[in-house]
Amino acid sequence: MRRASWFNIGSLALGLAFLYLPIVILVIYSFNASRLVTVWGGWSIRWYSELIDDRAMLESAWVTLRIAFLSASAATVLGTLAALALVRFGRFRGRVLFSGMIYAPLVMPEVITGLALLLLFVAIDIDRGFWTIAIAHTTLITCFVTVVVQSRLLTFDTTLEEAAMNLGCPPVKTFLTVTLPLIAPALVSGWMLAFTLSLDDLVVASFTTGPGATTLPIRIYSEVRLGVKPEINAVCTILIALVAIGIASASLLAKFHHGGRGAMAGLAGR
Amino acid sequence: MSKLEAQRSWGERLILLVPYLWLAAFFLVPFLIVLKISLSHTAVAQPPYTPVFDVAAGWSGVIRALSTLSLENYALLGSDSLYLASYIKSLEIAAGSTLLLLLIGFPIAYGMARAPRRWQPVVFVLVVLPFWTSFLIRIYAWINILQRDGLLNQLLLALRIVDEPPAWLSTDTAVYIGIVYSYLPFMVLPIYATLEKMDETLLEAAADLGCPNWKAFWLVTLPLSRPGMVAGALLCFIPIVGEFVIPDLLGSSQTMMIGQTLWAEFFANRDWPVASAVAVVLLCLLVVPIVIYEQVQTRDLARGG
Amino acid sequence: MFAPWADPAARPLVRFDGVSKRFGTATAVERVSLDIFSGEFFALLGPSGCGKTTLLRLLAGLEMPDDGRILLDGAELTTVPPYRRPINLMFQSYALFPHLTVEGNVAFGLKQEALPKAEIASRVDEMLALVRLEGFAKRKPQHLSGGQRQRVALARSLIKRPRVLLLDEPLAALDKKLRSETQFELMQLQESLGLTFVIVTHDQQEAMTVAGRIAVMDHGRLVQVATPQEIYERPTSRWVADFIGEINLIEGSVIEMGRSGTVVASAAGRLRALSPADVKAGDVVWVALRPEKVRIAHEPPPVEGENCVAGQVADIGYLGDLSIYKVRLDNGIIMKTAVANVTRLVERPINWDDRVWLTWSSEAAMVLTR
Repeated sequence: MRRASWFNIGSLALGLAFLYLPIVILVIYSFNASRLVTVWGGWSIRWYSELIDDRAMLESAWVTLRIAFLSASAATVLGTLAALALVRFGRFRGRVLFSGMIYAPLVMPEVITGLALLLLFVAIDIDRGFWTIAIAHTTLITCFVTVVVQSRLLTFDTTLEEAAMNLGCPPVKTFLTVTLPLIAPALVSGWMLAFTLSLDDLVVASFTTGPGATTLPIRIYSEVRLGVKPEINAVCTILIALVAIGIASASLLAKFHHGGRGAMAGLAGR
Repeated sequence: MSKLEAQRSWGERLILLVPYLWLAAFFLVPFLIVLKISLSHTAVAQPPYTPVFDVAAGWSGVIRALSTLSLENYALLGSDSLYLASYIKSLEIAAGSTLLLLLIGFPIAYGMARAPRRWQPVVFVLVVLPFWTSFLIRIYAWINILQRDGLLNQLLLALRIVDEPPAWLSTDTAVYIGIVYSYLPFMVLPIYATLEKMDETLLEAAADLGCPNWKAFWLVTLPLSRPGMVAGALLCFIPIVGEFVIPDLLGSSQTMMIGQTLWAEFFANRDWPVASAVAVVLLCLLVVPIVIYEQVQTRDLARGG
Repeated sequence: MFAPWADPAARPLVRFDGVSKRFGTATAVERVSLDIFSGEFFALLGPSGCGKTTLLRLLAGLEMPDDGRILLDGAELTTVPPYRRPINLMFQSYALFPHLTVEGNVAFGLKQEALPKAEIASRVDEMLALVRLEGFAKRKPQHLSGGQRQRVALARSLIKRPRVLLLDEPLAALDKKLRSETQFELMQLQESLGLTFVIVTHDQQEAMTVAGRIAVMDHGRLVQVATPQEIYERPTSRWVADFIGEINLIEGSVIEMGRSGTVVASAAGRLRALSPADVKAGDVVWVALRPEKVRIAHEPPPVEGENCVAGQVADIGYLGDLSIYKVRLDNGIIMKTAVANVTRLVERPINWDDRVWLTWSSEAAMVLTR
């Protein structure tokens, strides 16, 4: 009984329009030959070509990508372990504290976590820079991966593992040959989510950064404070394009694997 | 204890220990440090606070350092009305935007859930996609629109709704717009997840018992979607209180939200102890909602997600 | 005749020794002691929640008992992990690996034994032929029908030639016709392969059809372990008598005992039946009578004495091969009688509200003490 009433369609359409309008405007204006928002100077890609010459920007992009890759991978490992513990281990000593630490970063304002991590790094006298941002990001985004993987694990049919063990497969091998392949889509979703979050983070990165580790968000932010700049439009458009391509390919993959939707729903489920 | 059980718990312990230790080291300990710093004094030094626990000074050094801790930073927070105004403003904006998010997000989630099954994945991806693009970018996009000579004013002038282009930026309105825009997925998705799981036959049963559509919505759908609304509300309210980027880019510098205050204390004034005190008080304010959120999460986990 | 349980010198293949299992405050299995012999087709039968599946899982090693021991061929099995037990389980939900093909599923168990690829391949082919699934090797479980999936699950658990094959309600998901076909297939398989099967089912007809011996369980306890015939004709309690098939139970007290049976005084008159040895005069007992052993007629018997009651037909159920009559006796008790429809046309059929007489022989009834 899926009646698509006018109210439903209307609210959905309005909502989507609201969500996409600013992005669409941004993309359009990145091709604006004129500097000013008020003047449309015709289509041009001059801001993109200027971007290629902007060494500092490219540097930041490279740093950001590397950090995102590292933290996403580390967070996926940690998050999967945490999800396994939460779903499979029932009650154990210190569970309340553990789940508290897992779920808190989901809602904790980033200024607090950023400050706390920086103070830690200062206290143990570590040089701040690439690695401190990576550690900070890993800590922050592990919880998101946990939620996604946990959601998948909850719907996982444990009799498959029992069947495997019954057929002679020891527990670790069972996990690797049966469980892991079947929850892999959730792990991939989790990784992608983690990657995006790290790529996008401004606050925590600002707190924990050091010389030579200016991430793209930090650079964009510092430029944006001074007002709209068309080069920024170009950078943003490129990032949006990359993300859109990533999501589109992930959705296609999910279509073939039936697991992606569950993971995305897991994202919703938090 | 049989060999099987002993082997299992060793492997289990490892699975648990790795994330546990990481989080304890990089999440728990930092908070304790924030607490300690909040009790310290500013110093023109590197790091800019005293006392600094010097392990080499031994136990007596620790005792000496502990004795110099004080609550003067908290006293400062209490005495200067700037901070109080900042906290109140943050709570105000958070509450207001959460309400707006509920009002705007629910119809969207409802529309998503009632869409034909074939379209659901597509709609889902469409709603989630903006979330995956950069947060910063999306806020920046609003600057494009909201600035004095931006597109909104151009539109308003063209439609002759106003004579003078009003200032949208650096106002609370802009902050509200920015917050609602950024946090919309956080509200829509939990509600959608709950609505999607809802058993449609309940509505059919209501209709069969003579209940008109709007009433069925009020009596059946709305109460059943409450867990989603609660989750969404918490997921939005708590982080919004400490929001920094949106008020910084879109809001005024007159009354700052607490996130901005913390940032200013830290980066502009180089006053780490006061910044830490601000953080601790903010955390205390949020402890109750955070604990409620955790309970909701574990309850959902026990119920099987 | 194959009856190792009757042989005092025979050693069991599987022995449960005082096994108990609790989940929280609920006891699933309570002090169960049971012997299962090699070559048996053994059934665990009982209502849902009686503990039969838990017992099966204890044998498979997927649960650990809280008390007691499990022995396989005399050796301690209790502490052996499930992946080292020569016992395979066919799951009720089949639990086929969705990311593997039929071939991959069936070969899974052999791959764990690190056998040469050629041998694995040939045994897989052999097994697929045995369950009549040749040609399905490259398919994935999602693209199979329920019956086909069941055969993959069977093949997967048989291929390792386990000492004991456990089947957890294997036919529950199949429709009636397929179910009876598969029942016979299973029996043939078990006999031709010479394996020991232990099946869990809540369907008593299924248990009676396939099993050589049945263990009836209720609330975690073994109630009776015997052949189908014994359980049907000589139940040890009212509960078992009522659980298997239909039964008439008439309460009474013992008047006298003798070689020609025990006489019981009841509301349905004087009843004579066979009884267990430990009965004495004055005991409250129940006379149990299977409906098919009760004769129904419009006329009273030539000699009205024991094992004879009069009543009125309250309800008739026509099942094609049988007719079931519910008769309300003069004292209010309702008795059931089942009559095979031996002839197509009946001269004077029995109708509702007819006045009838029910009679039976004293060998047909049994006395139950509990």
